[in-house]
Amino acid sequence: MKPVFLKFSLYDFSEWIKSIHQWLIELAGPTIGHLLGLALVGTCFLLFTALLGLSVVYIERKVCAFFQQRLGPMRVGPYGTAQTVADIIKLLFKEPTMTKESDKFLFMLAPFIIMIAPFMVLAAIPFAKGLHVMDLNIGLFFILAVSSIGVTGILLAGWSSNNKYSLIGAMRSGAQIVSYELSVALSLLTIVVLTGSLQLSEIVASQADGWWIFKGNFPAIVAFIVFTIASTAETNRGPFDMAEAESEITAGFHTEYSGIKFAFFFLAEYVNLFIVSAVAATVFFGGWMPLHIGNIEFFNNAMDLIPPIVWFFMKIAVIMFLVMWFKWTFPRLRIDQLLTLEWKYLLPISVVNLLLMSFIALKGWHF
Amino acid sequence: MEQVLFYIFAGMILVFSVLTVTSRRILRAAVYLLFVLVAAAALFFLMQFEFLAAVQLTLYAGGIIVLIIFSVMLTSHVSEKLEPVKFGKAAFAFAASAAGAALTVYTLLSYPFPEVSAAEIDTSMKRIGSELLGYQANGYALPFEVISILLLAGMLGVIIIAKRSEK
Repeated sequence: MKPVFLKFSLYDFSEWIKSIHQWLIELAGPTIGHLLGLALVGTCFLLFTALLGLSVVYIERKVCAFFQQRLGPMRVGPYGTAQTVADIIKLLFKEPTMTKESDKFLFMLAPFIIMIAPFMVLAAIPFAKGLHVMDLNIGLFFILAVSSIGVTGILLAGWSSNNKYSLIGAMRSGAQIVSYELSVALSLLTIVVLTGSLQLSEIVASQADGWWIFKGNFPAIVAFIVFTIASTAETNRGPFDMAEAESEITAGFHTEYSGIKFAFFFLAEYVNLFIVSAVAATVFFGGWMPLHIGNIEFFNNAMDLIPPIVWFFMKIAVIMFLVMWFKWTFPRLRIDQLLTLEWKYLLPISVVNLLLMSFIALKGWHF
Repeated sequence: MEQVLFYIFAGMILVFSVLTVTSRRILRAAVYLLFVLVAAAALFFLMQFEFLAAVQLTLYAGGIIVLIIFSVMLTSHVSEKLEPVKFGKAAFAFAASAAGAALTVYTLLSYPFPEVSAAEIDTSMKRIGSELLGYQANGYALPFEVISILLLAGMLGVIIIAKRSEK
């Protein structure tokens, strides 16, 4: 083997990725090499989402148990760590049931549409320096655009099941996602006013001397809170999980799904949770950028010792914990309360906040 | 590589647009339309008009299609099928669309497509934003404002209609 793989460094992935690309092209010619590269990236993401699903479900169950003063899964493996693996095996072996009077084509299609959106978004997220699949000029806008396709899958799943609970769940979730998208976009725009760019690599680079949540004064904190609330609603998680409110409409839009197709919905929810936390980490907390304070050299250098990818996942873990915290703390809202919260409170707040931030940016009052 | 992708997406657009108009289940037609729109967005990505592609995805795939699906969900049932179209109507529709397609193909084939030597156009978000709000020559500030007022009027109209029916 050539010394190609020796260029690996936890601090800067760009050299390593470039050398792998070169090696693939030398190995199989430009066209096939390029295709091989694409396949490699796709496989990495598949493995990543599978592992992510396994670990986040386990963490969520443990966090939930912690808030309810229980132990959570303890029996399979040490501290129940193999519980989710056992669950996946169970799901794989279950019979994929099919209702007789459903629209079968759409019924089969819906889980795939729901999975495609998070996969496309993952490609646009910068994981570390150089570890970034597509650095688009419109990065943040691309993320918002693609994630708006996911709702189609939920609507289709609910309608094609030919079940009243599924239909109600899908209607609720459609209304919820379409309205909360506005607040998500506006709260992200508040930070874009400061960065002056939608490109995610530039957004990360602009936080080299401090994260926007600290540099952006009061409006940045408001924007972060609005983003956290609205994005929790957009991923259909509690206290906004009206779409699958177990006690009212059995399981909402995925009532009729079983086995691996149900696993798709389940996995998509957790990948979406990860994506939302990753976007929050990138825009408000500097992405993979270590904690830097202005020009204090020794402090910045000490922080640089921790690899960027560790920083990124640490930030995501903290935000995920926050989201899980309020899932297991607050009771579920009613659908009318939920829409009131968005249209009468969050949306006006984020519009005013955006104006305030523009004023601050114009005056140069941010750091 | 790019050519192969282009043909894949173009083929998708053709196949699914035919399916959209021939499907007898209305929600399936909406889903086929979604595929057509997404494939069109993919073509924009291929040409590196990323902003246009993202707009296509948000507005059409994420907005219009969701709206269509919503209204279909509220009005029709899974087992519902549209009646098969009468032969005369189908023949007339086929003739009309064939004539339209023939005209388009003829125009495309007879147009010489002169080579453009101008430098690559900057399609970055910043440029688009400043053009949209530019009030100098070639600026789009006036159309932008007119459309905003139109949208505002539309929104107010919707709210008034929704409020009135409550009584």
